[in-house]
Amino acid sequence: MPLPTGSLLEHTPQGLYCRAAAAWIDPVGPVPRALITHAHADHARPGCGEYWAVGASEAILRQRLGATINLIPVDYGAAHRIGEARVSFHSAGHVLGSAQIRLEAGGESWLVSGDYKRCADPSCSPFEPVQADVFITEATFGLPIYRWQSGAEVAGEILSWWQGAPERPSILFAYAFGKAQRLLAELAAIGVGEPGQPGAEGNEILLHGAVEALMPAYREAGVRLPPTLPVSAIAKGESLAGRLVIAPPSAHRSVWMKRFKLPQAAFVSGWMAVRGARRRRGYERGFVMSDHADWPGLIQSVQQSCARQVYVTHGNSDGLARYLSEVEGISAEPLAG
Amino acid sequence: MRRFADLYSALDASSGTQARVDALVAYFSGVDAADGAWALHVLLGKQGKRLITGRRLRQICLEESPLPEWLFDDCYAHVGDSAETITLLWAQVGAGASQPLQHSLQHWMEQLLPAAAALEGSEQAEAVRQLWRGLSRSELLVANKLLTGGLRVGVAQGLVVRALARLSGLEEAQLQHRLMGGFKPGAAALTALLAPANGAEAVPSHPYPFYLASPLEQQPAGPASDWQAEWKFDGIRGQLIRRANEVFLWSRGEELIGAAFPELLAAAGCLANGSVLDGEILVWPPGSDQPAPFAQLQRRLGRKAPGRKLLAECPAAFVAYDLLELGGDDLRQAPLSQRRAALEELLQELSETTPTPAAGLLRLSPLLPLTAWEQLEPLRQQAASAAAEGLMLKGLASPYLAGRKRGHWWKHKRDPYTLDAVLLYAQAGSGRRANLFTDYTFGLWDGEGQLVSFAKAYSGLDDAEITALDRWIRSHTSERFGPVRAVQPLQVFELAFEGLQRSSRHKSGIAVRFPRIARWRQDKPAAEADSLASALALLATQP
Repeated sequence: MPLPTGSLLEHTPQGLYCRAAAAWIDPVGPVPRALITHAHADHARPGCGEYWAVGASEAILRQRLGATINLIPVDYGAAHRIGEARVSFHSAGHVLGSAQIRLEAGGESWLVSGDYKRCADPSCSPFEPVQADVFITEATFGLPIYRWQSGAEVAGEILSWWQGAPERPSILFAYAFGKAQRLLAELAAIGVGEPGQPGAEGNEILLHGAVEALMPAYREAGVRLPPTLPVSAIAKGESLAGRLVIAPPSAHRSVWMKRFKLPQAAFVSGWMAVRGARRRRGYERGFVMSDHADWPGLIQSVQQSCARQVYVTHGNSDGLARYLSEVEGISAEPLAG
Repeated sequence: MRRFADLYSALDASSGTQARVDALVAYFSGVDAADGAWALHVLLGKQGKRLITGRRLRQICLEESPLPEWLFDDCYAHVGDSAETITLLWAQVGAGASQPLQHSLQHWMEQLLPAAAALEGSEQAEAVRQLWRGLSRSELLVANKLLTGGLRVGVAQGLVVRALARLSGLEEAQLQHRLMGGFKPGAAALTALLAPANGAEAVPSHPYPFYLASPLEQQPAGPASDWQAEWKFDGIRGQLIRRANEVFLWSRGEELIGAAFPELLAAAGCLANGSVLDGEILVWPPGSDQPAPFAQLQRRLGRKAPGRKLLAECPAAFVAYDLLELGGDDLRQAPLSQRRAALEELLQELSETTPTPAAGLLRLSPLLPLTAWEQLEPLRQQAASAAAEGLMLKGLASPYLAGRKRGHWWKHKRDPYTLDAVLLYAQAGSGRRANLFTDYTFGLWDGEGQLVSFAKAYSGLDDAEITALDRWIRSHTSERFGPVRAVQPLQVFELAFEGLQRSSRHKSGIAVRFPRIARWRQDKPAAEADSLASALALLATQP
């Protein structure tokens, strides 16, 4: 359903719009003023007059949208007056520099979650619970079959998968921005890359070019990462047996993979919780690690927002909204558009 | 249980044949014989009985949880597998894990699972939850699949046999033969299965493994005179055994089906001991020159003791096309030309010495004239008028092998019938098609400009087409009925099928045999799809 007319936020063809701030949140096309939750391509698009975003995402935004964009970096938690509205950005725990955006005007407050997750992630700051009158939440994994293990547990599974095949290259497919760096940070947290451990100097984890491009921003942000090398730094013909390689899913079954002899391949994604989803994508192995909230995380966030009205967008929005209103007794609607 | 769950995961994760055989060999080489026997039983798909329904398991999982039924349905539509959905949801609702249960597969299969199944009501629910609490996630999935009788590992019997052959040093054909007629799980049975070969191991009831033909892709090697052609009848494959003064009739699915065909048992009783025939079971009215449609045979299948009326309305016959044993001698290595000659002689002799109506139910599959390859296509064109599905081509020099081995036997079906129909409804598939709309219902135009449901089809589109159609369905849904979506009637598909039958159970009045999608007719507007009248006309022209 659409948002009620006269609300603080309204739908426009360019996306969610706040009249009081004369600003769009994650607009789908060029607008004069954009408030950006995070730097993924479906949330941050080129051509806007003015970008407001968390400082930690600045380097990646400039890399992706152009070095000369007019970007106003903000700190988590700081309140800004934009037009008639009071606007603040709060950590969403999704990827480096990701934010929920809170807007307040005319005695009413709205919170737009963007993408978020609740479990610990050593590559970015944790989710901050924020209260508002109205909460717009994502529901990418809005079914109770989704419940994540900790990153450390999954990193342990990955490590034994990798170490169990010393005679083959092990290729992990993961989204190039966010997931790939989280994987590296989770592996570093269980010792990978330290002297004498797997992935140490001389046996560095290898990265596809698309992943490599995001590494400077994470290293500058001080995220603890194991040593890595671009795949291109390895001489042609040198054996890649026993090496761990991280690549974006688009490289799966591409010519890029020719380089690897008899690789074992796995996809790292929340979708891997369901066998059918893994088999459909043609991966032998799936590791369940997501940068979105799982079912308990979604319910917890809605409860902590103390919102009197919840709108659910993305993924299973119908189901989550129905559950919230029927079982949790919270007024909730799926949000169209 | 742990090891078996690991085997399941390994088979599930590997796509190559070699990796699967390796995983099977690794499992069976170290396993306790009783566990191995149960594993084999399950891998062969013989765990027929369902201990607890998926619906009951779902109830047990949802009890004491805040999750409503409709949300379970949403999850199921997403996962496409009831046991897996329950496994994932239990991780959400289950109260903390208790002591891990470390029992053998045998103990699970013989004690724990049947005991839980035998309970009722809240006692059963608590017993099942107790089992769930003691299992890791991968074990839980396997346990739920064992409980619901739906553990399909996706490993063909041939692969299991190959692994056991590698392990035991036996020939695959010998293992196949030992497995025929059923395998009762037990340590002794597995030991006997894998025991070194010895001369005297024939059990009277044991059938030979069936030799299966492959679809013909190109003209077979050599001159046509090296081959024999027969009709491929649309019945069920059977092996008729006369040994030790008893008669056994086996289906290709390795089931004893003699009880459903008492007249064929009586017919085979006229044969000498030590005779084994391979052939087709059909309904064939006396005096008719061709068999009745498959639907007639279907009325006989699964009837433990058919009544006199049914026996009269749907009389069976056994059309023999091969002789596997004569006078107690295994003929399978002899060339087909010799086996065929012996078969003709046997049936000729029978008709002379025992000219009874009973013996007359054993018919000889006629040979068709094939002396040059140019005759092949005209013969195939005549299949429909002989009420046959097509042709069989068998090399005259061929031995009778086990399983589907290419090269000697080919099936050459006639072209299917086709009609252009309009997509009306779609439903999500299961397994790897979960959450994709892949189960389609199609309609034809009636006389009043309405579309009437005509057939369901699930196969025939490639992955790219499925994805494109799935996207189209999502954006052209006109109504939702639970998991089923009605779509705007715009897309036309050419459906192929093997035949039509009148049916009072179908809205259109027509039952369709083996419908599948032949083509997505994106070039054709819905108004130009076929009508019910054209289907009825087609029905009328069928033999």
